[in-house]
Amino acid sequence: MSQSLSSRPLIDITRLKKAFGENVVLKDISLQIEKGKVVAIIGPSGSGKSTLLRCINLLSVPNGGSITVGEQTIEFNGARTVMPPEKTLARFRASTGMVFQHFNLFPHMTALQNVMEGPVTVLKTPKAQAADEARALLAKVGLLERADYYPDKLSGGQKQRVAIARALAMKPAVMLFDEATSALDPELVGEVLNVIKGLAREGMTMILVTHEIAFAREVADQVIFMRDGVVAESGPPSVVIDDPKQESTRTFLGRFKASETAQSATVI
Amino acid sequence: MDFSDWRAQPTGRSRLGMAALVVLALVGVWAAFKHFGGVAPGYDWDFSVLWKYRSLLVSGLLYTLLFTVICVFLGLLVGLVTGLGRLSRNPLITAPLRAYIEVFRCTPVLVQLVWFYYALPVLTGIEMSAVTAATVCLALYGGAFYSEIVRGGIIAIESGQSEAAMALGMTRLQALRRIILPQAFKKMVPPLMNQSIMQLKNTSLLSVLAVPDLLYQGQLIAHDTYRPLEIYTFIAIAYFLVLLPVTMWAKRMEYGAGPKEA
Repeated sequence: MSQSLSSRPLIDITRLKKAFGENVVLKDISLQIEKGKVVAIIGPSGSGKSTLLRCINLLSVPNGGSITVGEQTIEFNGARTVMPPEKTLARFRASTGMVFQHFNLFPHMTALQNVMEGPVTVLKTPKAQAADEARALLAKVGLLERADYYPDKLSGGQKQRVAIARALAMKPAVMLFDEATSALDPELVGEVLNVIKGLAREGMTMILVTHEIAFAREVADQVIFMRDGVVAESGPPSVVIDDPKQESTRTFLGRFKASETAQSATVI
Repeated sequence: MDFSDWRAQPTGRSRLGMAALVVLALVGVWAAFKHFGGVAPGYDWDFSVLWKYRSLLVSGLLYTLLFTVICVFLGLLVGLVTGLGRLSRNPLITAPLRAYIEVFRCTPVLVQLVWFYYALPVLTGIEMSAVTAATVCLALYGGAFYSEIVRGGIIAIESGQSEAAMALGMTRLQALRRIILPQAFKKMVPPLMNQSIMQLKNTSLLSVLAVPDLLYQGQLIAHDTYRPLEIYTFIAIAYFLVLLPVTMWAKRMEYGAGPKEA
């Protein structure tokens, strides 16, 4: 059983299409991700990378193609797609942990309650057990001493670390990061990236939509460059970032490399 | 300009100020009575009738309060159900609810009361007592306004909250119950309080259907004693004294009802 599982990818996306009205955002995206791999999706704004991520956990419903995560497959067939019952959808989403750009912590709950919420409400984990697990996760992201703080008393970086712990509490098969550091002050980015690096070391399967090119190069096994709703280039970071084949990739990364040089030259 | 500055109220001082204001207003009313009472020929103020009819007045006041509680409760129930219903994606659900809300918001409640009591029984063949007609009418009237407050409170919660809940694997209902409603209720409390204050005042309209509320009892006493000025003065003050603490409490809730504290 485990052998047959390891022989095929954990995540299998085939010919995924998504359009908002006339505006086609994803055109025939296919993507396989093996268990334990870290994939970074980079690309200019409006290239569809966030939409792709939101389609993987069905926060956006694709118009065509299919998505497999682990044992669960959902096929989409435009307007005629019969969406599975809500319970199935919810179970599907529970197997993917999502971290949002703007954290989206629940403001009426403490950090600990935020992390407990998924297990208690969705998995019906007993509260005491959920609290123990939540504390362990908060310790893991370095925030055990902030367990009883409400989100508005936490810094942006701390909020995002709580959000990561909240997603991990569901023991997801894959973690999805949607520009997890874009809303953070520059000095707070590092603490969040460190947590993500720690997860990579533990072998967590992750998909990162990110503008942190240097971080993508450091942590990703595979980098995907998206442009206008298609995968323009894909491969190991040493190829896609350091030696891109496509002109558009070079143009995009050229801007990043210029700003990287500028940043290191300026004293901030 | 610092935004939080003018919002933050020194509560201790304001409460003292409010109390002073109330005392001043009452003294002013009393002084005016003394003054004009002396000048206007042929009318001697005599508040002693109030004491004579105290049991009627008290029962009227209790009736008003009881009726308010019932109508607020039923109205909230109607408002919650219809407010949530309006969030549905199905126009077969939202269209009738919208129609209900607009009908009740765009006609005077006095007209509704009279219509419920006199016209509805003829239309449906169902006889209703004045109390039943008034209860149903005020509950539906209040419900229409509560409904908009409930809907507004829910859609004011940013979509990221329900997305985060769904991403954890919650169903729509779970997300509503655990994440959206607890936050929305906090935002709803001040407008719900205001609407409930309106509900209490609207119960005074019940007197037209001969429901024995405070105003109706007052009218009876006034007819009996030929002392309408004293009676209506008392009734106005009674409503004021009941509602002032409620509005002050609502104010405090308003200042405290940020998303901040638990």
